[in-house]
Amino acid sequence: MNLNDEEQAMLNGEMGEPRRWAMDHMMRVGRFFDAADFVAVTQAHIMADTESLGEAGVVFLERMAAQPKHHRRVRIPMITDPRGIDFCHYKRLGQTDLMANLERRTIDAFESMGILMTNTCINYQTIMPPVRGEHLAFGDTGVVIYCNSVLGAYSNFEGGPSSLAAGLTGRTPRYALHLDKNRKATKRYRVTHQPQSLSDWGALGGIVGARAGSYWEVPVLEGIESQPGSDEMKHMGAAMASFGSIPLFHLVGVTPEAPTLDSVCDADTLATEIIAEQDFIDFFARFGGKGDKVDVVVFSAPQLSLMEMQALAELLDGNRIHQHTSLLVATSPVVAADARRMGITERIEASGALVLEGMCFYQSYAREMGEANGWKRLLTNSAKLVNIIGGYGYQPTLSSMEDCVASAIAGEIV
Amino acid sequence: MKKFKLRCHVGVGPEVSGEALVADDNFSARYDLDRIKGIFSRPQHQLAGESYVDKILVVNTAKGGVASAWMLHEMVSRNVAPRAILFNNVNPILAQGGAFADMALCDRFEAGDVTRLIQTGDRVNVNPALGLVTVERD
Repeated sequence: MNLNDEEQAMLNGEMGEPRRWAMDHMMRVGRFFDAADFVAVTQAHIMADTESLGEAGVVFLERMAAQPKHHRRVRIPMITDPRGIDFCHYKRLGQTDLMANLERRTIDAFESMGILMTNTCINYQTIMPPVRGEHLAFGDTGVVIYCNSVLGAYSNFEGGPSSLAAGLTGRTPRYALHLDKNRKATKRYRVTHQPQSLSDWGALGGIVGARAGSYWEVPVLEGIESQPGSDEMKHMGAAMASFGSIPLFHLVGVTPEAPTLDSVCDADTLATEIIAEQDFIDFFARFGGKGDKVDVVVFSAPQLSLMEMQALAELLDGNRIHQHTSLLVATSPVVAADARRMGITERIEASGALVLEGMCFYQSYAREMGEANGWKRLLTNSAKLVNIIGGYGYQPTLSSMEDCVASAIAGEIV
Repeated sequence: MKKFKLRCHVGVGPEVSGEALVADDNFSARYDLDRIKGIFSRPQHQLAGESYVDKILVVNTAKGGVASAWMLHEMVSRNVAPRAILFNNVNPILAQGGAFADMALCDRFEAGDVTRLIQTGDRVNVNPALGLVTVERD
């Protein structure tokens, strides 16, 4: 890889051990993907829940944080993905002091490196949305696909170590989605059934993701007749990234790189696949569960926007959730503060639900929470979550927000 | 005994040898594994219930989230990890995870679908620096 003088100095250790490690790590990755050089990035976003980190990962971060201050501080604005613990509620959720202690140690390490504890996977709705053409090093696949597709920014999926390396150096290897040649559509889909609810949009993302099926495919979608908003794109993108590891999609007439079909592909040579109503029916049917007792209803993955919080409060007003069912709502600290100030949190929690701040359900020791609380049958409106949570021992079901709330009240899946 | 060599793109991690565990399926450390027990836990996965510990895991591609980049490191720290993972095409997360954990990881095989070229039970040597995989089969 070609390095400029500053990059070479960082690799030589002249700017401290953290930046030497960062350059070495990124060069291994860059060589793997045939990157010719590095590109400057303006923001970094790191996923590092302690379930993923484990003791080994926390110790690694603490070693970084123990370096001299002028060596350990990140060089560009760097923010965090949801954490695994809400310190106000962890005992009620069945999480342990050991988990909370790992969390505190991680936060201490991040703060000593100058990382901002935003604790969110909806930073594009709440913190600082990137602009078109901005090169980034973002973690959380839902964040990356939204920023690439909806905002026209340039980011690969960055796992925690690579995000940290980018934050420490202000650089990332120039490969995959940092190159215009890799942003053209390779798969073409025509949607003949219009999604209505957020779970429908998530289902559409899941269908496309499962069909396209690789980080190296770029789907382009036609046939959407309505104007999707940010929450619709959020659920579709998060599910597409989850089911297919897809980092970028185009929606003709909506996303910035696809004002027309011809702008992202050669329309004459790219075959069209149809996504019809039956595909949606089949997608929801995969998860089943109607009539089953529901143990826990989860609104999370991605964290809820203020508008989703308001919609949920409207549905819960005047109702109590069933005594044998739990209802959890995860949102970002920014949205949580607004929701509290506006009385939305109070309305949601009056039903017996619990609002969790700065965490996300699947990043929070979901297996241990399930075992501690006897949760097995999980209901959600997040297509992303149903794709993930089966491996943690849950039986997930996907439904609309309205039906999720009705089920939480009834204690069974309606 | 049959012995053959497979060329792939230069990978990351050290040279290792072990027994192959193969699935025409995809991989995520978060979605698919019980990392405490060292088994595939997702019921729909082709390898559900199988131990991946010390195996040369051979799968199609990587799925989903970014967590695997930390998780491979955590798995290696407890010696409850595959020795190597071979993919047809990997996403950046698993490549980054392999680099961070110093786990052998390769993809892009010249001879085609690696999940068909290698069979469960084959003895496999993986040399990421050379982009070379050697397979022995009884």
